[in-house]
Amino acid sequence: MWSALKRLYHQLGSPKWFYELTSRWSPWFLWIGSALMLVGVVWGLAFAPADYLQGNSFRIIYIHVPAALLSQSAYVMMAVAGLVGLVWKMKMSFVVGKTIAPIGAGLAVMALLTGAIWGKPTWGTWWVWDARLTSMLILLFLYMGVIAIYNAIENEEMANKAAAVLALVGSINIPIIKYSVEWWNTLHQPATITLTKKPTMAPEMFIPLVLTIIGFYCWFAVWVFARTRNEILWRERRTKWVQRILSTGANH
Amino acid sequence: MFFDSFTELFNMGGHGVFVWLSYGLSALIIAQNFISPMLTRKKVIKDIERQMRREQK
Repeated sequence: MWSALKRLYHQLGSPKWFYELTSRWSPWFLWIGSALMLVGVVWGLAFAPADYLQGNSFRIIYIHVPAALLSQSAYVMMAVAGLVGLVWKMKMSFVVGKTIAPIGAGLAVMALLTGAIWGKPTWGTWWVWDARLTSMLILLFLYMGVIAIYNAIENEEMANKAAAVLALVGSINIPIIKYSVEWWNTLHQPATITLTKKPTMAPEMFIPLVLTIIGFYCWFAVWVFARTRNEILWRERRTKWVQRILSTGANH
Repeated sequence: MFFDSFTELFNMGGHGVFVWLSYGLSALIIAQNFISPMLTRKKVIKDIERQMRREQK
């Protein structure tokens, strides 16, 4: 048991192992994710019935909810990666955390933009300073803070530590986002999907949402893998295995 | 299809502009997430090769 854990630690910490594993996994995540997104989006846009209250504007849900959900999951992953890096001194973990930040920031922007566009026909306004929207904006600022730390601090070890600490402190915002619709009065509707209760949506509206959420997680994996692989190539440029990859044609 | 025609799919009873705008902006962010690491990869490989050539001299 102990030796298996130790092996896992060394494998997870090994850039070469990560690089080889993700070469095999990336195409699967890409194609499964793309298929799910295609079916989910076409279904949601053209085939799902209109909402009896909101009409057709509700179709924004099929990208808004995946983006909002993933921007929060990505933040948790970034904070956990930072924690693992701090506690077990695992370099690879910091690398993954660093690559998540710009992806997460893009997802937060996407959630805020689609939310604002959805708000206009539904609430009559693009923006309100209520708990849910404000805490999502803070999430974007936290991502930008992590990116700024990496841009500003030259010393890699210091940058890793500072970014990890910021990510960990900022994770207090995640439960605030989640419960903001319950703790405060807000225009934002409560969660559409919960793991514990039966969906309140009709299945022909609900299934495409599940498809786009899973598809988006698959794409997210592809993005994190691709950015982390770039970091690995550069860090390991002097090793034999990277030299071999480069000499045998670089397109894999 | 839920809509009677493609024009209706486009209009969505007046909500089309909101729906298509949010999907369009999302598509841009998604495309950026796919394209940016591809460009970085090319640059990283070029940088490594340049460095190797310089050191061989």
